[in-house]
Amino acid sequence: MATLNVLVVDDEAGIRSGIERILRNFIVDYPFLEEEFSFQVTEAGSGEYAIDLINNNTFDIALLDNKLPGIDGIEVLEYINTHSIDIAVMMITSYASLDLAVKATQNGAYNFVPKPFTPQELKAAMDSITKHLYLKRMTRQMGGNGGGQKARNQFISVLSHELKSPINAVEGYLKMIRERQIGDNLYDYDKMIDRSLERLNGMRSMIMDLLDLTKLESGRKTRVMKKVDLVEHAHKAIFSIEPLAHQRKVNIMLSAPETLYMQADSSDIESIFNNLLSNAVKYNKENGQVTIGIKAEGNTMEIVIEDTGIGMSEEDLSKLFNEFVRIKSEKTKGISGSGLGLSIIKKIVDEYNGNITVESKPDVGTTFRLRLPLNPRNL
Amino acid sequence: MNNINKTVLLVDDDTDYLFQMKFMLEKLGFTVVTASGQKEAEELLEKQKPDLALLDLMMENEDSGFILSYKLKRKYPDVPVIIATAVTAETGKRFELSSEMEKKWIKADLYLDKGIREDQLHRELNRLLKL
Repeated sequence: MATLNVLVVDDEAGIRSGIERILRNFIVDYPFLEEEFSFQVTEAGSGEYAIDLINNNTFDIALLDNKLPGIDGIEVLEYINTHSIDIAVMMITSYASLDLAVKATQNGAYNFVPKPFTPQELKAAMDSITKHLYLKRMTRQMGGNGGGQKARNQFISVLSHELKSPINAVEGYLKMIRERQIGDNLYDYDKMIDRSLERLNGMRSMIMDLLDLTKLESGRKTRVMKKVDLVEHAHKAIFSIEPLAHQRKVNIMLSAPETLYMQADSSDIESIFNNLLSNAVKYNKENGQVTIGIKAEGNTMEIVIEDTGIGMSEEDLSKLFNEFVRIKSEKTKGISGSGLGLSIIKKIVDEYNGNITVESKPDVGTTFRLRLPLNPRNL
Repeated sequence: MNNINKTVLLVDDDTDYLFQMKFMLEKLGFTVVTASGQKEAEELLEKQKPDLALLDLMMENEDSGFILSYKLKRKYPDVPVIIATAVTAETGKRFELSSEMEKKWIKADLYLDKGIREDQLHRELNRLLKL
């Protein structure tokens, strides 16, 4: 059993003690892992006191109310960020200041709980932030030298289980089908085939998750910067997504000069195009359209990917670049993904000193606009 | 299908594995009751004594199968227990009941790798049930 230290910053004593009560007997645990997490709450009534506590103690999670008597929650968040303090932050905020919460998540808060919240809502949010923390630390341990052996073993054991289960399931169904175990009527086997495909899909996104996670989180990617043709990469990405686009009756259009060069690592450019393009196709509608525009503007390269898909709400947009975020709704049901694609792009773009913006309207479509310097500083 | 009037308790959190194993066992003539986790299995055991239990190792927790096996043995010492798992050598975890100490610690009669062939399983079941 591990205990996570939680700092609760709120000027209302009632809320602080309420949170303390809810978390007192709350335990987050993970299937297959030894570790269980309980929570130890420390209370702070002001931002100033919170910063004081942060400087003299180690906290894992901070629950921050924004409206505080002195400096407000956002400023505490900024303090945590600028001092690179390893605390996962969750904002507590009233519905009226939802915009602010959204801003906070863009500024590095992991998530937020709107006030008033039920014990269930708080627990769900704590569950998610704990998992986030756990994964982050586990990958860091694995990336570091020594000491990470236990974490690595545990990870491999879970991984092995998670990857072997679908193999066993699919193998089992294939054997049943080969031996015609439920008779000669082919249609009777449809459900087994569907289940097999589903398990394979789940396995694929799991593998993608892991690859992305280990590569990016360890921060040890070595880049080979050279002259890269963006248009050529766009063509390649279109080529590889074409089967899916065809299946979903989505038309892809490219508007670009014949060639357009910039200094980059070609695998980064590949990730950018593949991720954005596959999203644009996956979250599109039947007979939808994807338009890719690439152009140079002075010293900046602009890539615009526009789709006529299902779009997103403001709230969804705010968490879009966070890790493991997958917008879950009736419309996205059945679309598989790793939940890491956009956070990967964001990381790449940041490292190139570029920026990425997104505009979206539910049921109308989404536009991603990416700007990269033609000659990024040495990476 | 020859009915041999023996009930197997099958516990696994993987619905596909549960479906496939149930199918296999029923084809071999067993009556099968299933549970998808440790808790559900414990509830079942309150009401019913199976002739044999086939348990997955990793369910709610990494060692759910062991715990369940331990509880089952305490309640019904004479019911043979098989623990099945997909985790083997490459993880550094191998649970073969070779030494006496291991047998004492792991309260199961047999450890099996998932993906066992039907005839192998049948043989083991017959042996444990003295059929």
